Amino acid sequence: MRIGIVCPYSWDVPGGVQFHIRDLAEHLGGLGHEVSVLAPSDDETVLPPYVVSAGRAVPVPYNGSVARLNFGLLSAARVRRWVHDGDFDVLHIHEPAAPSLALLTCWAARGPIVATFHTSNPRSRAMIAAYPILQSALEKISARIAVSEYARRTLVEHLGGDAVVIPNGVDVGFFARAEPKPEWQGTPDAPTIGFIGRIDEPRKGLPVLMEALPKILDEQPGTRLLVAGRGDEEEAVAALPAGMRERVEFLGMVSDEDKARLLRSVDLYVAPNTGGESFGIILVEAMSAGAPVLASDLDAFAQVLDAGSAGELFANEDPGALASAAVRLLRSPAAREELTARGGRHVRRFDWQTVGADILAVYETVTDGAASVAPDERTGLRARLGLARD
Amino acid sequence: MPTITTLIWIAVVLLLVGVYLSWTAGRLDRLHARIDAARAALDAQLLRRASIAQELATAGVLDPASSMVLYQAAHDARSAEEEQREVAESELSQALRAVFEEDEQVAAVRAAPGGEEATGELAASVRRVPMARRFHNDAVRAARALRRHRKVRWFRLAGHAPFPLAFEMDDEPPAPLAERDGNGGRTTHG
Repeated sequence: MRIGIVCPYSWDVPGGVQFHIRDLAEHLGGLGHEVSVLAPSDDETVLPPYVVSAGRAVPVPYNGSVARLNFGLLSAARVRRWVHDGDFDVLHIHEPAAPSLALLTCWAARGPIVATFHTSNPRSRAMIAAYPILQSALEKISARIAVSEYARRTLVEHLGGDAVVIPNGVDVGFFARAEPKPEWQGTPDAPTIGFIGRIDEPRKGLPVLMEALPKILDEQPGTRLLVAGRGDEEEAVAALPAGMRERVEFLGMVSDEDKARLLRSVDLYVAPNTGGESFGIILVEAMSAGAPVLASDLDAFAQVLDAGSAGELFANEDPGALASAAVRLLRSPAAREELTARGGRHVRRFDWQTVGADILAVYETVTDGAASVAPDERTGLRARLGLARD
Repeated sequence: MPTITTLIWIAVVLLLVGVYLSWTAGRLDRLHARIDAARAALDAQLLRRASIAQELATAGVLDPASSMVLYQAAHDARSAEEEQREVAESELSQALRAVFEEDEQVAAVRAAPGGEEATGELAASVRRVPMARRFHNDAVRAARALRRHRKVRWFRLAGHAPFPLAFEMDDEPPAPLAERDGNGGRTTHG
């Protein structure tokens, strides 16, 4: 099958959507499909052979923050050329409800189009103003995929219609096979807790964990907290009593390999995120690596953890609940083993084997008997006038 | 000559309205084509599911009672009249759930010669039916929203195309066959 995938965000900026598209393209390529990815990127960036550059994304203020987007006639022309040259059986676009390359593709192409909705953006003002145009472009999508039941619900509320839920994929084997690192492993007296995420992004929840830490250390004095992620380390521990600061170790940004090794080593992985998550890939990665997971009870997290059976949940933004759940788990190796076992069984549904097969099933459903993808030749004005005179 | 100016203005406005209406008609046409394609895909998936169910029912790997229940449901689904189709397909879903309710039953079918392949095919088809149905109903919803609009009704832009109807059925797959999937595809509303 010839598959064209459109990435909405710059290829050279790391992000969840980009990683998802990279893994999907490589998985499908490995199965013998012809895959081409259209993505914004700087001219200097070295791209994998399957990625075609759509030009540099321009930073513009949008919806309260600066977004890097592609738009304009030049980008549209590049999209058209890519669609024309690729002669795809199916197009798979990502995040079509944002003003991005995906929306542009939707507008410039016709044929079987599959769209994945990753985030659950609340409806923006610009979207309401552009609704008639957006609507006619989104109407071309033959199949919608939402990454979680939560994302599907927001999609249904904002845009109407329906979508199938296919979770994001994880290379389970990569995490399961990683080698634990002795200095990150705990002992019964000095267990280790792991946290991965931006330190200075409050929604990732490190402040909640910092507030809970004194209580955890009271009950379990040997505990060490390992924090991997970018941000100001001094500021992060400022709220802790001076004597406790040395119990927190900052690892900075870690590579994919080190992330896997960290998750393999820790006795407990804590995800205290306070909001803004539509999936929670890190929880799946932690479960793949066999780490017992303790997470806030966000809708998205509760779903990934199978309502608390594959990982423990605590009341969101409640340091007390976090501390008592963490202490209970750190004291009971049996409970942690149980969580590891259940998590290990649960993650199989997120493995690329399963997720890739489901995505291919969607492609096959929409391409059955349909014509292939082609540039959408707009009806010329004269043809329209001809029609209008009828 | 004010009358000529007025006439020109009227002509311009009519022209613009015409262009807009023709654009809307094009949109509607595309939506109808999408529904046709989605309906064809849904029919294909339903037929595939009924065929594999019938194959399993006659293969002799199930007990006689299960075989009869499954055969009857699959036969009814395949031969149902258009108006009875939703009911017949829902009954096939129920029959499949009843027969493959337990993991042991699925394991027994897998163990039979060629059973691995047949179970795989059945699992794929019970997963794809809800997918195809969701895509179909999504297209129907978009077309209905546009067709209810004033401009479409007043100018009869839809022509003689029948008002699109959603395909409503119970498409919940048997739990042991759906296990490998994510959390999706289990809801039955559409």
